[in-house]
Amino acid sequence: MLTSLFIALQSATPVPKDIPLPLPLPEWLLIFLLVVSFLVHILFVNLMVGGSLLTLWSQIKGLKNKEYDILAHEIATTITVNKSMAVVMGIAPLLCINVLYTIYFYSANALTGLMWLAVIPLVTVAFLLTYLHKYTWKLLENNKPVHISILAVAVIIFLFIPFIFLTNINLMLFPEKWALVKGFFSAMTLPNVFPRYFHFIFASLSITGLFLHWYMGRKNYPFDTIFPTFSRYELKKKGYSLTLVASVIQFLIGPLVLLTLPSKGLGWNLVLVIFIGAAIAIPAMWMMWKGIQGDERTIDKDFKKVLILMTITVVFMGTGRQIYRSNALEKHRELVRLKTDEFQQIKKDAIPKSKEAKAQESTANLTEAQKGENVFKQNCTACHKPDVKLVGPPVIEMASIYKGNKAGLQSWIKKPGKKRADAPQMPGFESQLNQEQLDQLAEYILTIK
Amino acid sequence: MDFPMFHLDWLNNRMLIAIIAILHVIINHGLAVGFMPFVTWLEQRGVSRSGKDQITDLEWDKMVYKIMKVAFIITTTIGAMTGVGIWFSVALVSPASIGSLIRVFFWAWFTEWIVFVTEVILIMVYFLTWKNSNSSLKAKIRHINFGWYLSIFSWITMAIIVSILGFMMDPGNWQTHHSLLNGFTNPIYLPQLLFRTPTAMLVAGIFGMFLITLFTKKDTNLRTSAVKYASKWLLLWAPISLIGAFIYYRAMPEAMTANLSTAVGTITFAQYYNTLLYVAFAGAGLTIIIGIIGVYKTKLLKPYMVVIPVVTAIAYLGFFERVREFIRKPYVISQYMYSNLLLKDDYVVYKQDGVLKHATYTTVNEVTEENKVEAGKNVFTIACSRCHTAQGVNSVVYVFDRMYGGTGKPLDIASMAAYMPNMHTGRTFMPEFPGNEKEAEALATYIRYLQQTGDVLEGAQEEGITINPNNTASALINKKK
Ligand code: HEC
Ligand code: HEC
Repeated sequence: MLTSLFIALQSATPVPKDIPLPLPLPEWLLIFLLVVSFLVHILFVNLMVGGSLLTLWSQIKGLKNKEYDILAHEIATTITVNKSMAVVMGIAPLLCINVLYTIYFYSANALTGLMWLAVIPLVTVAFLLTYLHKYTWKLLENNKPVHISILAVAVIIFLFIPFIFLTNINLMLFPEKWALVKGFFSAMTLPNVFPRYFHFIFASLSITGLFLHWYMGRKNYPFDTIFPTFSRYELKKKGYSLTLVASVIQFLIGPLVLLTLPSKGLGWNLVLVIFIGAAIAIPAMWMMWKGIQGDERTIDKDFKKVLILMTITVVFMGTGRQIYRSNALEKHRELVRLKTDEFQQIKKDAIPKSKEAKAQESTANLTEAQKGENVFKQNCTACHKPDVKLVGPPVIEMASIYKGNKAGLQSWIKKPGKKRADAPQMPGFESQLNQEQLDQLAEYILTIK
Repeated sequence: MDFPMFHLDWLNNRMLIAIIAILHVIINHGLAVGFMPFVTWLEQRGVSRSGKDQITDLEWDKMVYKIMKVAFIITTTIGAMTGVGIWFSVALVSPASIGSLIRVFFWAWFTEWIVFVTEVILIMVYFLTWKNSNSSLKAKIRHINFGWYLSIFSWITMAIIVSILGFMMDPGNWQTHHSLLNGFTNPIYLPQLLFRTPTAMLVAGIFGMFLITLFTKKDTNLRTSAVKYASKWLLLWAPISLIGAFIYYRAMPEAMTANLSTAVGTITFAQYYNTLLYVAFAGAGLTIIIGIIGVYKTKLLKPYMVVIPVVTAIAYLGFFERVREFIRKPYVISQYMYSNLLLKDDYVVYKQDGVLKHATYTTVNEVTEENKVEAGKNVFTIACSRCHTAQGVNSVVYVFDRMYGGTGKPLDIASMAAYMPNMHTGRTFMPEFPGNEKEAEALATYIRYLQQTGDVLEGAQEEGITINPNNTASALINKKK
């Protein structure tokens, strides 16, 4: 307690220098690409997570009512497709966020390093389990507990992974917290991770509900040969109900997310966008309610409108997310820019100084042997000393071996052989030293006292 | 320097990337690039094997479907995720380098992504419509054509990746013109492609043969003829792969002399380089033997025998990847950024002021008599930890001890400190030491400390970070006042 307080008092905001290269595209275009590609990615992630939750629920219900087992099987076949799309569509936003927020994103990654890396094996295992589950449906028909457990493990992994992403995406926004973080779990408990998590889960359920509605209603879907008793209407209604309930819950969690956001990125622009987005969802929810209340003929009536309205809501929410990010990092990015320029200036000043120092060295009136000593210092002192053995023999030993044999010495330096059993191989210097330098070296070595 | 340093002290950071990358390359080459044409070809054989009144030989088709299923599952899980994994791990270990590369080659990556999305969609369509396509000959032929498109796309993905790899190795390009084309005109580009294409086919054939023996019963007609086909495939590609390997082998030193005139001279590389051709001969040779047995003495071939070339094939590919990695040292981006993530141009500043002064994350920003070990630890993290560990694989204690004769005696601080400023001349695969003299001495002190205490170095993911007071927001603002 005391030490953490101590650290908290000491904590400061780091200002690293940025990569001194221009962005490949105008910033607004990159932001646009980021928001759009992220939404596509998260859509498939939602379908993957929501779909696997629904499959699990349906298969458990299927223990009593066979019809639900069939439903579970049908949803399960979509998970493996959606998951592949989720992965490939994730690359574009990853690329964009890497370019736009290099310093922030990579720093957050490093600070939660092991868990961040664990995304790879965890997701791989979860994917393999979903295939295993899908392809053992017949094989494990009489062993449902085992079969359901396979999926349950995958679901647990799917439910955990969003924490890792949210923790990173949250941590990157707060450089002032970086010095306080020790590993993933301490970063996870920063405010806002949990509310955002539940916001995500219910979004998944909501979107999966609409997906179910559409999937079951497709014209070329041989519904009647698959389901003995369920009707299309029944399942569409279930889809709508799921979306509606999840959306209502979103109206409770949403404000919580907003309230727990650290104030540094809040602004009227953000509040406005979020409120408009939420408002647009209301008529959609109303239409779904009417659909559920109605009958078989009317349930499809407003489906397209619902889809369009919900899509607009999602776009607004995605934009809000980016607005918060820009707001939160705006000032810090300014500081980083200053720092980057400052360093470039330091470098500019340092270059002539180092040139001067070098020039002084070379213009000085050195004897041949002194020049040789310099060459030696630059190339050989890593392994040789004048009078004691280091990696290789001392210079005095060289002098005695090659006394009067300048050519032999130089050919060794160019292409060393292998003599001493206890020494490693000496590297050759043929391509690094010219004849003049070799002569200077020889002069130095052979005249050493 | 500018990023918190993730560090794995036992495994070694480079090893982490290498493991993920090699796994990815094996799956990508063996089960995608080479496998798609292999499977499509077999699927087509099924149609020509069938009688007049059939669409395809159903038993045969079922077997081909099964081996495709395995490839599909592995490529869309482990294959796809190791692809992302390379990115994740490089971003952790080497954030400044990947950050710079993405800024410059954004479009290359973006194109690559588009091609990759297409590839994944095609692979799903190809696999998921397989069963339905057996309903009519027209549908089957369309399906087979899909297989060929997919093969082309898989190959294009590889061709682009090879060019991106090419950028990082080519000198000059980085400073002069940053365009995608440079990757393709790189002297090592064509040789690499010439090597990778047939080798992918070869590895795919071996994996395929292994799966065929798994999914068919002993002594059946099905197995005999399937194994024969796979063997012919191997016999076709093995010699081409060997020629490709030879061309690549010949092109390598040239690419390197252009890159860093000295790397060829380093012993470690030379050892690898010399073994390369043996590995290539062993890999291709073994598959040829298996191929010959498969064609002439099909019955003799047992599943476990196929495991041997599978392992060799993996080693064959892995080895070439390792050597390719070596060419880049000491740079991550040729002539621009060293492997320790410091820019070549920035060295003047670090040598003048010391690295610690400018590091964003360090517990000490100036070396004093008292803080040498602590300062040395920070210098190590910045200058050496991307390639060396404190106690694990390629540990700095081990390499120094080995260099000084492998006696295990306490290391001499003064000698080590004298080694630092010149370390890049003798061992050109390492970047120049970035700091000043005091920092070299501190580093040497730390290494001696490591040797005697067995202490390990924890990365930012465990220990968190400490911010250099020179580089905080308040310091910056005070300066600007
Ligand atoms: C990486 C370490 C290293 C560097 C750098 C190095 N040497 Fe050596 N040198 C050795 C080793 C090890 C031996 C002993 C080799 C043996 O006996 O097999 C050696 C041996 C020698 C010998 C003795 C040859 C003999 O016939 O016994 C000479 C002379 C020599 N080095 C000169 C130089 C010169 C000049 C340079 C700089 C241009 C240099 N070395 C750089 C490691 C090095
Ligand atoms: C590019 C990555 C890289 C960096 C950065 C790096 N090294 Fe090395 N170092 C290597 C490799 C590779 C070897 C060779 C290992 C082998 O041969 O098994 C090596 C070998 C060594 C050796 C033994 C040399 C010999 O002649 O046997 C020493 C000593 C050494 N490194 C010290 C350092 C120190 C100190 C630093 C930091 C200032 C450093 N290295 C930074 C890659 C690196």
